[in-house]
Amino acid sequence: MKMRPRLVEVRQRVLKQNDLIARELRQRFLDSGIYVVSLVSSPGSGKTAFLERTLSLARQKYRTAALVGDLATDNDAVRLARSQAPVKQITTGTVCHLEAEMIRNALDGWMDPQLELLFIENVGNLVCPSSYDLGENLRLVLMSVTEGEDKPLKYPTIYNTADVAIITKTDLAVAVEFDAAMAHTNIHAVRPGMEILDISVKSGQGMENWMRLLESHITEARAAHAGKETQSTGAVE
Amino acid sequence: MHELSIAMSILDVVEEESARHGDGRVAAVHLKLGPLSGVMRDSLLAAFDLAREETPLKDCQLLIEEIPIVVYCPACEMERSVVSIQNMCCAVCGCPTPQVLKGREMEVCAMELCQ
Repeated sequence: MKMRPRLVEVRQRVLKQNDLIARELRQRFLDSGIYVVSLVSSPGSGKTAFLERTLSLARQKYRTAALVGDLATDNDAVRLARSQAPVKQITTGTVCHLEAEMIRNALDGWMDPQLELLFIENVGNLVCPSSYDLGENLRLVLMSVTEGEDKPLKYPTIYNTADVAIITKTDLAVAVEFDAAMAHTNIHAVRPGMEILDISVKSGQGMENWMRLLESHITEARAAHAGKETQSTGAVE
Repeated sequence: MHELSIAMSILDVVEEESARHGDGRVAAVHLKLGPLSGVMRDSLLAAFDLAREETPLKDCQLLIEEIPIVVYCPACEMERSVVSIQNMCCAVCGCPTPQVLKGREMEVCAMELCQ
């Protein structure tokens, strides 16, 4: 007679290993006073141009560096290095996304102890990166006006795991008949209340808003951390 | 696209957990999968077929239970389902809400062991 199988309860997250490393990274960033922003988008949406400009502006105020994930080339890292901020390439080979362990390995022996702001540019992909926590504070999802207003509806999960949406290449909006209001509506349909910024790296339009938003997020994170420190010191006394 | 690495992570979890329960054969693994996990059910099943080949778990079945999205609706002041993943509004009153309570799961919840 065939025995009935025994059912054993497990309750284990599949990406437990990644989540543990991400949690460890987040703690390390918090302890070292580093604010971490990651960027996800489809290939060709202007992540690298946006980041290059952001690095140039941000490094005037913060000690800034960037990690950049790419499948095969170091083209993006070379472009970003023009901003004069330290940039390190993570070549993922056949892997279509960054994982927390890749971030940990890349930081080993490279991270400036005085660093204040770290950007992580993910591989161009709107599907896979949504599953992996990298220990970041803020996740940006970018879409360019040339991709069409319905992009958020096609990839709702990545919008749902991100914090801020950036619409890029707005200088081309008229040429491609981009309906900005429709794009905003679609973003808010998949992620109600999401912050949205319309940006043209080429003309510089919207970059000031973005830097203001970034600064306010950094200030908020620092205040929250300082608040906790005071609280814990108070408890010891 | 990343379903193969997810499938391999599932096998890792199963190997680790089955070792803790003796050396029985694992007939099946039960997975809870939310629509916001970033993983497609059918792709994962196909990837799992590939990943289990030539491993001690080659006969292990993957049984996926799909979990619906549950949000907190601030207007109804309770847990609600949503209209759809493209329309994250309370299915009852239509109020938009970003407060996702369930739907991101990707969790091994049980195994069937033959001893």
